[in-house]
Amino acid sequence: MPLSQYILIAVVKIAIALFVLLTACAYVVLAERKLIARMQNRWGPTRVGPFGFLQPLADGLKFILKEDLIPSHVYKPLYIAAPMLSLTLALTAIAVIPIGQSVTIGNANIPLQITDVNIALLIILGLTSVGVYGIALAGWASNSKYSLLGSLRASAQMISYELALGLSLIGVLIGAGSFSLREIVNSQAGWHWNLWYRGQFVAFFVYLMAAFAETNRVPFDLPEAETELVAGYHTEYSAMKFAMFFVAEYANMFTVACLATLLFLGGWDGPVFGPAWLMVVLPVLWFVLKVILFIFVYIWIRGTLPRFRYDQLMAFGWKFLLPLALANILITSLVIGLTA
Amino acid sequence: MTPVATPFFFYFLSAIALLSGLAVITQKNPVHSALALIMTLLSLAGLYLMLYAPFVAGVQIILYAGGIMVLFLFVIMLVSIEKSSREYQFNHQWHVAALATAVLGGLLIYVYVRGRGIFPNREAVLPETLNTQQVSLHLFNDYLLPFEIASLLLLVAIVGAVVMAKKRI
Repeated sequence: MPLSQYILIAVVKIAIALFVLLTACAYVVLAERKLIARMQNRWGPTRVGPFGFLQPLADGLKFILKEDLIPSHVYKPLYIAAPMLSLTLALTAIAVIPIGQSVTIGNANIPLQITDVNIALLIILGLTSVGVYGIALAGWASNSKYSLLGSLRASAQMISYELALGLSLIGVLIGAGSFSLREIVNSQAGWHWNLWYRGQFVAFFVYLMAAFAETNRVPFDLPEAETELVAGYHTEYSAMKFAMFFVAEYANMFTVACLATLLFLGGWDGPVFGPAWLMVVLPVLWFVLKVILFIFVYIWIRGTLPRFRYDQLMAFGWKFLLPLALANILITSLVIGLTA
Repeated sequence: MTPVATPFFFYFLSAIALLSGLAVITQKNPVHSALALIMTLLSLAGLYLMLYAPFVAGVQIILYAGGIMVLFLFVIMLVSIEKSSREYQFNHQWHVAALATAVLGGLLIYVYVRGRGIFPNREAVLPETLNTQQVSLHLFNDYLLPFEIASLLLLVAIVGAVVMAKKRI
């Protein structure tokens, strides 16, 4: 393939992926508001468009048109850089996530993934761990007590739960023998999903809990606990800069949901039938449905559970999830060692 | 894909690593120093990637940039910056520092001039896809004892830190 064609395909794929991801983020916000409202016996947004379907558009316009306040006491360069850092790192993770096998257009065989690298899983872990800086620097540069406390909490929480998150993936990695997400999915083909086929349900549980904590979602949303910290690390942010943190949080939700689908639920594996075009579309559909399932669980739990206390959060991470993940590695490698 | 513009990326990453390394010691604000150090570590990860060692690059980002430096920044954020930025940045031990620099520089120049004979020829690189597997095979076959000793040392360090930090266990 010539270089120009290679670059063209890559640019088109990036544009599509970004558009889909950002639109999905906007509509997940709407879905969350609607679902939470129904769980609390309310209507949620209904005014903008039919059933409130144009609400994300209105929200986006409002974020752009509002005055962008920069408080006088902040440390400006980092205050401006922090939301950019958060958003960039959150959106970059989509680059290594595969959503299906490949399509053939003309003479080019295009894999449904922006770039297929063989350390994709490490890259995603690296991006999430570097993503802490966006939050930490936002809190520090805001020069306000609430922001600093929020960002300290967030950093401590993310470091603690990153361990459990990383260790919960080892069982899957031992089974698949590769860091490449595509190969991990291929190793689960034919309903041999890691969730049951290799007995990784404990790892799945640990991953899910740690992923909730990594994305600062209820019940782990202490960094932005509004009753004690106003809004945590983004207290001093307004207009589009606040929106960037907001979108970053939802993009991160998508990343961990995609990762859970790829690692534990067989990725795009599912029943495939019908004519050739359907054979291409169906796997992508299964993938998207599984991701939506995870997003729904996120929203469901937000509507159900109250927030942890800080000491409970730390104890849960270090004394429960971490030993559980270690025990899972031990048992998985023992089983694989004895049966291989 | 064959590699594109390799010399450009090498000099680009090296320049970032050196400039940000310089910024680590010249910046007055410790937060800036920490950020510069993160830049150094990230550009080193890029250089590892260019040496066909993707696993090392990934681990470099996760451990150093994502783990250790977050803790550095965490501690710095709790310290009063105003006080430390007023203090004089260089102490009076520059004689020792100059000597150490001269020795280290001499060593580097010696390796640069005579290095061809010292190191085995490693130009034939492994295929990128096998890097992780090769690392683990070497680690668990050839270097198992050093690996276990290192992990034991880390465990001792963890237990020691807990004992020192906590008065009552």
